[in-house]
Amino acid sequence: MADVLVGVVVFPGSNCDHDTEYAVASFEGVRPVMLWHNEHDLKGAQAIILPGGFSYGDYLRAGSIARFSPIMQEVIEFARKGFPVLGICNGFQVLLESGLLEGALSRNRDKKFLCCQTNIRPVNCATIFTDQYKEGDVLSIPIAHGEGNYFAPSEVIESLEDHDQIVFKYTDSLGEVTDEANPNGSLKNIAGIINRQGNVLGLMPHPERASEKLLGSLDGRPLFESLYKHIVGS
Amino acid sequence: MPYTAKIKVTLRQSILDVQGKAVEHALNNLGYGTVESARIGKYIEVTINEQELLQAERIANEISQKLLSNPVMENYSFELEHVK
Repeated sequence: MADVLVGVVVFPGSNCDHDTEYAVASFEGVRPVMLWHNEHDLKGAQAIILPGGFSYGDYLRAGSIARFSPIMQEVIEFARKGFPVLGICNGFQVLLESGLLEGALSRNRDKKFLCCQTNIRPVNCATIFTDQYKEGDVLSIPIAHGEGNYFAPSEVIESLEDHDQIVFKYTDSLGEVTDEANPNGSLKNIAGIINRQGNVLGLMPHPERASEKLLGSLDGRPLFESLYKHIVGS
Repeated sequence: MPYTAKIKVTLRQSILDVQGKAVEHALNNLGYGTVESARIGKYIEVTINEQELLQAERIANEISQKLLSNPVMENYSFELEHVK
């Protein structure tokens, strides 16, 4: 069987593109293809990952300029057709700016750039990105961001809740959703959300940095595994 | 004659402005006890090569909505001036 191709978009200022490439390549039967921001060709990718970093130096607002890059026009089209798109950290910011996901990310409430391990819980394990997790799992996955404070108007939050679109929440080590466990002030401890169609996921924590034993956690791997199983199965 | 659009982008009141908070505290620490709040926004100057005021206004609105501000958390306003 031919390898599954996963596109990793590279913007000027992306800095988790190679970590993501490494994590993707560590699965048998999966091959990453790097996609430069100025291109229009998705090179046969069956899923797209927007990696972390500081696309276009975070000028204006994180993700705001990346959203208008040539490759993003194709990614938006790809997502609208129902293919899987995953945005990690800056990639999540780009998805929000693109309108593929709802809401916005503002500065962390305590003003700090946070680079640390966090606990998150998959609160919806029935998505194409999370079906290899179990309800109740508490994952140890790092964050590294200055603008991860998720905000959306109350009617959007209600709609996200009503349609099970909140996928990850920050929790304490026991999986409890508490304010102390909320690193950045995100509404409802939201760490990741999915679109209504279920094919576009954005999250602030970095699963690619928790996909190698040497890095201290393997808790990010089931996310990639879920995605590959979905691609192979469909 | 082209126009200069002087565009201001500000965080909505409901959004916590952590930069503004830091500046507010610094001003209080400097002894300006009557400073009650500070909020930080962006100021963007754009030269638009249009002859008609209405056209320049349309473009200023469009670019503010599309790129310069994020309507989920920001407001914008602008003034247009003739470039001398």
